[in-house]
Amino acid sequence: MRNRARNTEAALPRSVVVLAAVALTFLILPTVALAVRTPWRRAGVLLTDPVVGQALVRSLLASVLAAVLAVLFGVPLALLLARAAFPGKAVVRALAVLPMVLPPVVGGVGLLAAFGRRGIVGRPLEALTGITVPFTTAAIVLAAAFVAMPFLVVTVEAGVRQHDRRLDEAAATLGADRAMTLRRVVLPLLTPSLAAGIALAWARALGEFGATITFAGNMPGRTQTLPLAVYLELDRNPEAAYLLSFLLLAVSIVVLVALRDRFLRIGT
Amino acid sequence: MLAAAAAALLAGCAPVTTDATTETITVFAAASLTDVVTDLSDAFGEVHPQVAVQHNFAGSQTLARQVVAGADADVVAFADTSSMAVVVDAGLVAEGPHPVATNTMAIAVAAGNPRDITAVADLADDRLLVVLPADSVPAGRYARTVLDRAGVDVAPVSLEPHVRAALTKVALGDADAALVYATDIAAAADRVEAVPIDAAVNVEAEYPMAALTSASRPDLAAEYVAFARSAVGREIFAAHGFGAP
Repeated sequence: MRNRARNTEAALPRSVVVLAAVALTFLILPTVALAVRTPWRRAGVLLTDPVVGQALVRSLLASVLAAVLAVLFGVPLALLLARAAFPGKAVVRALAVLPMVLPPVVGGVGLLAAFGRRGIVGRPLEALTGITVPFTTAAIVLAAAFVAMPFLVVTVEAGVRQHDRRLDEAAATLGADRAMTLRRVVLPLLTPSLAAGIALAWARALGEFGATITFAGNMPGRTQTLPLAVYLELDRNPEAAYLLSFLLLAVSIVVLVALRDRFLRIGT
Repeated sequence: MLAAAAAALLAGCAPVTTDATTETITVFAAASLTDVVTDLSDAFGEVHPQVAVQHNFAGSQTLARQVVAGADADVVAFADTSSMAVVVDAGLVAEGPHPVATNTMAIAVAAGNPRDITAVADLADDRLLVVLPADSVPAGRYARTVLDRAGVDVAPVSLEPHVRAALTKVALGDADAALVYATDIAAAADRVEAVPIDAAVNVEAEYPMAALTSASRPDLAAEYVAFARSAVGREIFAAHGFGAP
């Protein structure tokens, strides 16, 4: 495998390598620039600011809960899209993954229209229970889950489609019922795509900004996540914004590398 | 091929002037000036038919940062003098700054004032969902000043990135009240109404405008500023509820 990979590399025309180098530089440069501009000497002072700690906690909380919701509801949806046959399935799939391509602010406006105090779900919810969703921790989790879940759905659905159904038939001939086949055959084989889906969904949730500020507002200690803190600090204290950006970057890299070593097989 | 792609990319960055008779100037203006500056530019366009005016509306602090970072602006108009000072200190002002209008703060509530809010002190009720502009924008600092002067302790549910975002939360019904500029409320009068703030605790916001050294047509930029200060300009500001400087 390794040798073949090396041969392919050597066979690449020079123009491809040059263009790839341009792409790589373009993708890496902003990260390097952030590191260069970050005021490391003041890092201690800036990072111990309670606002930073609160934003980090909010971001981790919202992104982890969004990933949990994505797994809980997204995996069944992926199975349904991959296995079930029903009319209008293409349209259903397109609608389910729409948040991936929707501008996040539009997603936030949609969430307000659905779960806001005058929303089609929000209004009866407040009338019946007195609960309002915007400006709460639940709102940052919903905003993150809304933008993140489709990433898990498409990744897991692709995994299910690659799954060899003869294995299920074999399990059935050995006496396993459908639930047992799902639990003991299908899901274990899905681990790589599930891990990739979780990583993508979590990373998308961690970076979520537009839907969050539109739907959940911005309140330090309650709904202010790291991306919101970065945006607002940029106007007030650019040094802190650089440092917060780097913190966000570091958290993403650490988790993605950890996940990759353990589960992800993409590109290796 | 790479060179062609790069050339196309660079061409995309530069302003393309296909029609030689059309000039474009770009005005960066505070979010609270959205409606009045749009009208001002329309009136300016009637006097100068060959000039098209583009706008960028955002929080004053954001705009000042963009201008200092090299954004392509000809004219700036901010909601406070400290945002303007950032641009002046960077040596980017060619003409001005000149005060063009003043404004005051008011409490925005849903049309019909369903929560019966009559004064700043009412905002201390923690059953109300109150949103404020963030301290990073001028309106947020003015709101803070009003609350401090009134000695009222408010627990807002959100600090919005610019004043119009705070107003929108009330207009959509997701917040009960917001501290915004009096003129913002007039701009959304069908869904929100204003509860005036006692003059003793209110602030007078001053809007400075300036033409920038980076202007592609410095003469047009200076003319725009002069137009805003002319009798016609004053009238447009007054029609939107702004005070004379």
